[in-house]
Parts: sequence; C-alpha cells; structure tokens
Amino acid sequence: MARLELNNLHAEVAEGDEKILEGVNLEVRSGEIHALMGPNGSGKSTTAKVIAGHPAYEVTDGEVLLHLEDEEFGEDIEIDEDQRTWNLLDLEPNERAALGIFLGFQYPAEIEGVTMTNFLRTALNAKIEEREELFEDEDGEADAEEDDEGFENSPMEGDVDEGEVGVAEFQQILQEKMEQLDMDEKFAQRYLNAGFSGGEKKQNEVLQAAILEPSVAVLDEIDSGLDIDRLQDVSSGINALRDEQGTGILQITHYQRILDYVEPDHVHVMLDGQIAKSGGPELAEKLEDKGYDWVREEVYGTA
Amino acid sequence: MSSDQDHLQETDTEARFEFKKEENSAVRSGKGLTEEVIRMISDDKDEPDWMLERRLRALEQYHNMPMPSDWPGMPDLSELDVEEIIPYIRPDVDKREGVDDWTELPDEIQDTFDKLGIPEAEKNALSGVGAQYESEVVYQNMQEQWEEKGVIFCNMDEAVREHPELVKEHFMTTCVPPSDNKFAALHGAVWSGGSFVYVPEDVTVEMPVQAYFRMNSEGMGQFEHTLIIAEEGSEVHYIEGCSAPKYGTHNLHSGGVEVFVGEDAHVQYSTVQNWSKNTFNLNTKRAICEENGTMEWVSGSMGSKVTMLYPCTILKGRGSTDTHITIALAGEGQDIDTGAKVYHNAPETSSTIESKSISKDGGRTNYRGLVHIADGAENASTAVECDALMFDNESTSDTMPYMEIEESKVDVAHEATVGKIGDEDIFYLQSRGLDDDDAKKMIVAGFIEPITEELPIEYAVELNRLIELEMEGSLG
Ligand SMILES: Nc1ncnc2c1ncn2[C@@H]1O[C@H](COP(=O)(O)OP(=O)(O)OP(=O)(O)O)[C@@H](O)[C@H]1O
Ligand SMILES: [Mg+2]
Repeated sequence: MARLELNNLHAEVAEGDEKILEGVNLEVRSGEIHALMGPNGSGKSTTAKVIAGHPAYEVTDGEVLLHLEDEEFGEDIEIDEDQRTWNLLDLEPNERAALGIFLGFQYPAEIEGVTMTNFLRTALNAKIEEREELFEDEDGEADAEEDDEGFENSPMEGDVDEGEVGVAEFQQILQEKMEQLDMDEKFAQRYLNAGFSGGEKKQNEVLQAAILEPSVAVLDEIDSGLDIDRLQDVSSGINALRDEQGTGILQITHYQRILDYVEPDHVHVMLDGQIAKSGGPELAEKLEDKGYDWVREEVYGTA
Repeated sequence: MSSDQDHLQETDTEARFEFKKEENSAVRSGKGLTEEVIRMISDDKDEPDWMLERRLRALEQYHNMPMPSDWPGMPDLSELDVEEIIPYIRPDVDKREGVDDWTELPDEIQDTFDKLGIPEAEKNALSGVGAQYESEVVYQNMQEQWEEKGVIFCNMDEAVREHPELVKEHFMTTCVPPSDNKFAALHGAVWSGGSFVYVPEDVTVEMPVQAYFRMNSEGMGQFEHTLIIAEEGSEVHYIEGCSAPKYGTHNLHSGGVEVFVGEDAHVQYSTVQNWSKNTFNLNTKRAICEENGTMEWVSGSMGSKVTMLYPCTILKGRGSTDTHITIALAGEGQDIDTGAKVYHNAPETSSTIESKSISKDGGRTNYRGLVHIADGAENASTAVECDALMFDNESTSDTMPYMEIEESKVDVAHEATVGKIGDEDIFYLQSRGLDDDDAKKMIVAGFIEPITEELPIEYAVELNRLIELEMEGSLG
C-alpha cells in the first residue's frame, strides 16, 4: 500500500511569479481511482507535473508526501521505519519515479533515434537501480555494481548485460504488455513517440506505466484523441494496473466517457488552482450534464 | 571483465585519452620549415629523387601562399605557429618497415596500443591493421587472402619505393595537388607515413581495412598521407581512427587523403577522430569518382582545438554517387568547422549529405558545405540535411550550406535544423527513471543514431563512448 498526499500545495511558474496552484489538498491510495476534472487552465496538468518534479514550477508552500508500506517493492527491498515517508519535493524526478510515481503526459515528448525497447529497458533498469540506492542499508551492502560497458549488439539497443533485466527477459515482458494493450509489436522497434499518432502516444503512455509498475500513476488526459476501440484498450490497461499491481490512479479528464470504463471511486473538481469540490462518480455525471458554472456558484456564490 | 587492462579500457575511458609517453626517438628534425628539414626527411626515408622534388616544389608553394583569411566565420588560426612544429619524428624501431607482430614492438608502444584497445580490436577479426605511432607506420598486418587477390595495403613510405608507378601517377597530382590550399602544400612538403591501399579490378575486400593513428610527441605535427586506388568494379571500406593524448603546446595535424574510385567501384572511407584539445586539425580529403562509381564518407570529428575538414567528392563520371555522413562535437574552447564538398561534373550524378553537430559549454560547430552542379550535369540530384543540437545558450552552431547550380534540370533538396536540447524531452525521460545525465546521453545517442547506424559495430561503440565521455565532462 502506498499513499500520495498533497497538502496545501502552492506553486507558480519558476520564471516569473504567475501563481497557478493555490492550496491543493488531495490524497490517492493504492488501488483507488480518482478522477480530477476542471475547466481549461485550472491547474490540473500543473498539479500532475509538480507531483512528478517538473523544473518549470516552483513550489512556494505546502508539501507532497509519499507514504510507503513495508513490502511496497516486494520482499527483496526492506523499507525501514524511517524510510516509509518521503517528501517528494526534495527529490529529483527520477528518484520519484523510483519510488513509484508515474506521470502519463498530456503531451508526450518525441525522442528521435531511441527505440522503444531500448528506452523502456533502460528506464526499467534505472528505476530498479535507483530504488536500490534509495533503500540501501546504512552499511552500504546493496547489490554490488556489475561493470557495464561492452556492447554486444547495436549500441542503440543498449548493453545486453547491463542492468537487472536483460534483453531477452525484457522482450518477453514488453511483448506481453503490448499484447494486453492490443498494440502492434512493430512499435517496439520504433523510435519513442516519433511520428506516433495522438492516440498511439496515449496508448504508449499506458504501456509504459504497465512496464514500470508504479504505486501511483497520474494520467493526464489519457483519453483525449483515442478512438472508441482504443479507448477500451487503454481503459482495460488502466484497470489492469489497478487490479493486478494495486496502482493508485489519478485520472485527469474532461469527459465522462472514459469514466464509464474506468470507474472512479472519487471525483474532484479543480477551480483556479484549488480542489473546489469532491464527491463520488455521480459528481462526474452532473458535470457532464451541467458544466462547471454551478460549482463556481457554490464556491464563490456567483456564476 | 577481470584483468587490469580490461578494467582500464572498460571503466576509465578518460585514462585512455589522457596518458602520454616519454619520447624516445631515433631522429628528430630541428624546428622550423626549411629546405634542409625537407631534404633530411626525404634522405632518412631513402626516397627516390622524384619524391624529394615534389616535396621541395610543395614547400615553395607553401611559402608563397597566404594563410586563408577571407572565409566567413573562419576559425581562429592565429595561435598556430607552423614554424614551431617539428614535422618529423621517427620512433625507435629497428626495422624500417615496421614489425609483423605486436610483441616485437617496444614496450612503451605496446603499452600505448594496449590502452587504446587495439589488440582487442584486432581480435574482432580486423582484416588488417596499420598503426601509426608518431610518424611511422610500425605495425602492418595483412591477411594472406588479400595478397592472393592482388590487394595492396601498406605504409605510404613503402609504397613510394615498392610501387613507384602507381604512386607517381596518383600522389598529389590530379586529386589533391599541393597548390590546392596552404595546408595541402605544407602536407606535400612534410608528409610522412600513412597508408596506401590498392584494390585491383573486380576485387571486393570483404572486411574493412583499418588503420589507427596516433601522435605522441610534444610540439609535433602529423602529416600522414592516405592514398586509396579502387580499380574498376572493385569495392573496399577503409577505416581510420584517431585518438591523441593531451599536451600543453600546440599540435598540428594536417593529413591528406586521396581516393580514386574507378568505374563501378565502391569506396567507403570512415573515420572517428578524437584529437587532443590543443590540436589544429586541418585536413584535405578528396575523392574522384568515375562512371557509376560510389564514394561514401563517414566522419566523426571530436577533440581538437580547431578542426577544418571538408571531405570533397568530384563526381566526374556519369551516374556516379556520393554520400557524406558527418558528425561533429564541440565543447569548451573548441571550434569544429566541418562539412562537405561535392562537384557534380557529369549527368545523372547524385549526392546525399547528412550532417549532425553537437555543441556544448561554449563550443562552436559550423557546417560549411558546397554543392556545385556544373552546366550540363543534367538530372543531377542532391539532398543536404544538417541538424545542430546545442546544449546551452553559450554554445554556437552555424550552418553555411552553399549551392552553386549552373544546370537547370536538377533536383535539389535542402533542410537545416538548429535547436537546443529540449527541457521537456529531458523531463520526459527523467520522469521514467533516467537521471539527468542519462537522459541527455540518450537524447544525444538518438540524435546521432543515423550516423552510428552506418558504422561497423566496434566503431559505433567507440563513437558512442567518446561522446559519452565528452558529455560527462559537461554534465557533471
Ligand atoms: N510553464 C508555464 N508558463 C506559464 N504559464 C503556465 C505554465 N504552465 C502552466 N501555465 C498556466 O497555468 C494555468 C494552468 O495550466 P494547466 O496546464 O495546469 O491547466 P489544465 O487544468 O491542465 O488545463 P487543460 O484542461 O486545458 O489541460 C494556465 O493558465 C496556464 O497557461
Ligand atoms: Mg492539462
């Protein structure tokens, strides 16, 4: 079990002083599905990026905590009492990833020349290694570094022997996860997101989550640009994350449509950098019907 | 990986490019460029008179030519004092023609080669190694099957004596005459060592011909000459790798490469260079392509203080083809001015130029290219693409792709991009678990992937490692 906790989170653009988040409070536990809704520009993506550690934003107040339980990362990694709570704002983005935070981007980057296979295996191994470092015993016993270098296949495929998960083993994992998401296997050899259609990029974000097995996944408009079939594939991918890996999901969306497939336990409405209202699935349906004006009215007393 | 040497090669790449050896040389010419110096070089090599005469003529041309100064954005050569550079040093090897076995090499030379990983490379089934230590080729190894086919791969000095007809006809005559530019003239006067490759008609050399060059003497210039003759219908891939140790005073490298691509022949010339950061690397490389011949240049330029390198192909025969793939990396205090030149002098000729450059920590890269399509070169086509990646706002990337097109029935495509490494891209990779350094390395590896894809595997690996090493310096 893991728990992500946002307390009174204030953030602004690092260069300049435009305030975006003005006291966000939110809690997401393993196995829960939360939907985060709200008008354009209200601060949803910013919340997601601040959780993941985007350098463009400066946190001026509040905290982002991640609470872990003893066996969060399996039996091999022992988590001491004093390592159960992490202040994410003190950590680099890759350290947050190692602790189980995943961000599915609203606009995923395109990286030319780097194959999906190479990227994902490198990421998976980096995450495992970083995790070992973070939870290394004081007497520094953790796994002895194997020496790397010495490519045996194309350097673009990465070093065969480097890292915990070898090439063959990884291929197996990748193939399996791609099948589950009904993704064509040719994507494994394509360059990361380069030339992917909008929907393919979103599907790829869920694939990455499936491989990296996060404790908490923040998915930013994962449903935008998906056709009807793919929406179902992606939805079942998200449900599998929750059901099989116990991932907690924070799903940012504008539409009820995906919530029909990925049923939220909690729905939150963000207005002007704050969570203005929270409720159950019925709240999303009401928003679909009536828009946001009534929430604004409730909060500010005017439309 | 267990032995100490392996350890050094595998984990401490920096060590491989930093060490230097005490000098131990048999002959050392005096400073400055005089007729006496040239006579001494020639005499010491037991050269025939015709070569001495060519050297002296080139020296005269060198003295009469001005330093190039009117190029836009030309690198600063003011700190280069050619007169200060001792042009010739011969290492202490008993046999004039080098040795056939590694173990016969002096210990310190073996040691140097070990650190460069050459024996390891040889294990990887190299079909021949010519290694230049200081100015002399000291090691030659050629597989027997080549000899049977009539392929010649030898030291250039040896070629002057053993194959005078071929050399007389091709050496700095029609391809790179000394009059071409001041550094070509200098090269013609003081050249020493290098490789000679001759591939007879219809012979295909299956494995790449490889040579390692290295200079290792303070204040010394290196002027190796490579002459490749590929007869009609033949095919060969020549690879040259360079890595030089670092020194306090200026080094000049001014090599010359001449390639003759016969009818229907195919030559690939690949080079990965990593000169020490005080080297002025000023080269002249040129190929002449006959009908339906194909020339491919693949170059990775790293290291050096200043590099000026524009491999040139003259598409002389109808239907001949040229490909240029270049990659340049400039860090602090470096000015890497590279590019390509192609002359389309016949119909149906085609060229493709792909250039990638990376600049960081205030370094400068410049793509300087010229495509000339002559009147009458109907249906010629050219495609030029140059992409530059900058790591920070202090670094510079310029592109100067000149086109001179005298013919109207041509197909010309040109594309250039210059961009800073994307913060969003870095963050994306970081959010998946890669640290900042690894994220940048991955982006750079992807950026140069079209180049590494073209190289034989050992070289792709070497190039990647060199780049990673350079990256580590700046990523901190
Ligand atoms: N890097 C930035 N520089 C300047 N302004 C920014 C930056 N990032 C976000 N903003 C501003 O902050 C506000 C919130 O943006 P954010 O992307 O979080 O909105 P959102 O709720 O995700 O909207 P949408 O539903 O349209 O995706 C917007 O007004 C946006 O313009
Ligand atoms: Mg958004």
